[in-house]
Amino acid sequence: MTAHWWNALAVLPALLLSPLLLGIIGKTKALAAGRKGAPLLQPYRDLLRLLGKGAVYGRTATWVFRAAPAISLAAILTASLMLSAGPLAAPLAFSGDLVLFAYLLALSRFALIAGAMDTGSAFEGMGASREAAFSAFAEPAFFLVLGVLAWEEKALSLSAILGGADVASWSAKIPSLALAATALFLILLAENSRIPVDDPATHLELTMIHEVMVLDHSGPDLAFILYGSALKLWLFSAVLVSMFMFSSGPAWVSMALFLGGMFGVAVLVGVTESVMARLRLGRVPQLLGLAAVLAGLAALLLMAGGRP
Amino acid sequence: MNPEALALAAPASLLIGAAVSLACGKRSGVAAWVAILATSFAAVLGTASAANVLRSGAGWSIEAAWSLPWATFSVGMDGLSAYFLAFILALAVPAAAYGKGYLAHEGDSRWAGASWAFFQILVASMAVVVLARDGVLFLIAWEGMSVASFFLVIHDHRRPEVRSDALVYLVATHLGAAALAAMFGLWGRGAGSLAFAALQGAPLSRNVAWVLFLLALVGFGSKAGLAPFHVWLPKAHPAAPSHVSALMSGVMIKMGIYGLMRFILMSGPPPAGWGYALLGIGALSAVGGVLYALAQHDLKRLLAYHSVENVGIITMGLGAGLLARTAGLEAVAMAALCGSLLHVLNHGLFKSLLFYSGGAATQAAGTRNMERLGGLLRRMPVTGAAFLAGAAAICALPPFNGFVSEWLIYSGLFNGALQGPGAVSAVLFVTIPLLALVGGLALACFAKASGVVFLGEPRSEEAARCKEVSPWMTVPMVLTALACAGVGLAAPWALRIVAPAARELAGISSNAAWNTSLGAGPLSAVVLAGWMLLIVAGIMLGFRRLLLKGKALSEAPTWGCGYAAPTARMQYTASSFAQPLLEPLSRLMRPSLRKRRPKGIFPERASFSSHYDDPADRTIFDPAITLLERLAGALRPLQQGRLQVYLLYVLLTLVALIAWEVLA
Repeated sequence: MTAHWWNALAVLPALLLSPLLLGIIGKTKALAAGRKGAPLLQPYRDLLRLLGKGAVYGRTATWVFRAAPAISLAAILTASLMLSAGPLAAPLAFSGDLVLFAYLLALSRFALIAGAMDTGSAFEGMGASREAAFSAFAEPAFFLVLGVLAWEEKALSLSAILGGADVASWSAKIPSLALAATALFLILLAENSRIPVDDPATHLELTMIHEVMVLDHSGPDLAFILYGSALKLWLFSAVLVSMFMFSSGPAWVSMALFLGGMFGVAVLVGVTESVMARLRLGRVPQLLGLAAVLAGLAALLLMAGGRP
Repeated sequence: MNPEALALAAPASLLIGAAVSLACGKRSGVAAWVAILATSFAAVLGTASAANVLRSGAGWSIEAAWSLPWATFSVGMDGLSAYFLAFILALAVPAAAYGKGYLAHEGDSRWAGASWAFFQILVASMAVVVLARDGVLFLIAWEGMSVASFFLVIHDHRRPEVRSDALVYLVATHLGAAALAAMFGLWGRGAGSLAFAALQGAPLSRNVAWVLFLLALVGFGSKAGLAPFHVWLPKAHPAAPSHVSALMSGVMIKMGIYGLMRFILMSGPPPAGWGYALLGIGALSAVGGVLYALAQHDLKRLLAYHSVENVGIITMGLGAGLLARTAGLEAVAMAALCGSLLHVLNHGLFKSLLFYSGGAATQAAGTRNMERLGGLLRRMPVTGAAFLAGAAAICALPPFNGFVSEWLIYSGLFNGALQGPGAVSAVLFVTIPLLALVGGLALACFAKASGVVFLGEPRSEEAARCKEVSPWMTVPMVLTALACAGVGLAAPWALRIVAPAARELAGISSNAAWNTSLGAGPLSAVVLAGWMLLIVAGIMLGFRRLLLKGKALSEAPTWGCGYAAPTARMQYTASSFAQPLLEPLSRLMRPSLRKRRPKGIFPERASFSSHYDDPADRTIFDPAITLLERLAGALRPLQQGRLQVYLLYVLLTLVALIAWEVLA
């Protein structure tokens, strides 16, 4: 893959539009519930307001608590360099970058968990423990999905295994692709703390997972965390959408398709949240197991189909 | 000096150092200084000799007559030996310095000189193990290593549990050595000599080769701590003083890995079955090790179980590399083998770092029970930061070294799955999610360990009183932490140290196939991404500082949902942290829970405790030992404790022997 200076532009949609996904999810849920809902741009306003504020720190907290949000966001930002946005190729692409992508997200999680444990609060410890557990169960499923995609395209770089669909091989691939996409959607819901795994709108600490981990953060730190989770949602959605992107066609069409797909995923998340209740915590590993089974089935279909 | 003399001078100077330390007797400070100087001197000599071989690519071997039966004094060095020699000696130096600080509180004890002598004997015998080119010399050095480490484990011999754990270790290590002796015996009988050169040339039938492989797997696997031969490891490593734990967990168990690799080099091109076997046993150790690590309350035992996990990862890389070799995928084999070899060094670095910092914390607090620790980062800033760095490295988080070697192993697995023939491809594909699961669980486990021990509030008086340890201990921590980051951020350079050994194991003569397809380019991209991550993190931290400039910053109690008087005991405990992970697996892990539920309208007392027994103990070793005891019990009537009876035994034996001589 040749590196051009304009490849750096590929991160711009993610940087600029990721909070919009949260706005769309919120709007979808409000409309489904018959409410008017917050404006689409509300997440941007929240972020700006938080960036302008001061901060309150717990007396127990050390430098770990203060540095965690910035490090977590930095890891997600670095991971965003590896995804292309429609026609814009990723700035960083090499054979094996999918492993780096997954481990950068792990670093971001580790930083937030350490920050939560630093507060000494039982609530935050509880959230941290659940987040660590569910992410650990999600990890094998995510790698299986990556393995399926890598197998289909015979490549090991995210930009090479995503967005390279062509009409000729489409029909042969679609069954395994659909299974892998379903698995990835389940992982997306779990990793981004959405219903049915976690409820970002709950008001009871005992039932929270991700939200309770960041209870003590305030001001710019909280803004970093909120922006980081929006960006993470964008990254997972981008992988999901890019699985179905065609490599041919004019650039503006594929950009429009990409963005349309991204907003479509946000609507889908919103609809899922509107029609489903949360699972009991003990059921979440089973959901992630289901994701792994679906991805495993996709792999079996591919292997049984022989090598292209 | 020529490299041969340099290499031999390294263990020699350590043995001289051991003699001097022993002569120091009670003066522990002097004995420690001798050990530090001898280890550093040996490290300079040994790494110079290893660097020579690694740079020139030309190995050497020398042979001399020896008065021992069936033995020649053969030593030699190739890429594999050079890499391991440099690794052993380089990591022994910080361990010695740390040990001086760690043992300082004991003052001048009677055992000080002996303890430092055994430390140097351990390092010297490990160096001889990797240099030996003769079965007898190898086994002697192997035994020296086991015995020296036994005496180091039993350092705190006044505590009964230390004595019993050390005995388990002594038995386990000799069972392994027995398997190795059998292996060399069987092999040497066919070859007519125990010199490695003769063994290497001996033609092996398929069945004999398999028997030798299984014996090597038991013998070397039990030293390496591969499941299910790992039972001694979580007992012996926590019982030892922390500088010894670091040396044993970081370095000594890798002698088992070295042995396996040496066996594969000597026995000729490995069959695919060995690759599958190593991959399977590696995966079992990795998953089992990390699961049982999660279940631990004892910090040092948790770290010991992580050694089982990481040795498993190393073995997975080795197995994947051998499979790729049999499938003719040179580049893939190189990726997996380089990852496996580099993980040996990386695990040595971060496990030493974790034992240094974890050991400092448990020594300062006087307990290894994590439920009684907490908030140590505030009280021991350097130690705490070092542990966090080690935790990030062992979880394979970029930009630290663990990520680079695991990335190489992933690269081998993915590429092998994509390019390999049917069965190889399918097996490697299945291994990928397993390694990912291990990664996720390790992250949870170290989030727990660093969070519960170093963050939050102290859970006991002892933890609240902790003070930062002496520079003798903190400086080795800082240096190994920097080395962890350094290997991660300069990986292509580190790769040059392991490439010769990886080429030998892959059975190829040049890096060319690897460099062009998989190796150099992507690896430098990984390193580039690591630097980018650092830069982005720096920018974000700077941006945060800019945002907060001139803003109102205040301190308040942690949000406790309206509780007026929170206590530190209310914090999430280590057991609670691991519960969501272990609960879904409880049928597999079979915890023994002791519950006393609250009763009545005004409950007074309630308690809960959980304990996870090692399944290898429960299902294999405990029944085996019970059986052995029952069998041995049958012999008990022979032991009457009366002199006359024993004299009768002697007489009967003599008569029997004479009869045999006469009749035969």
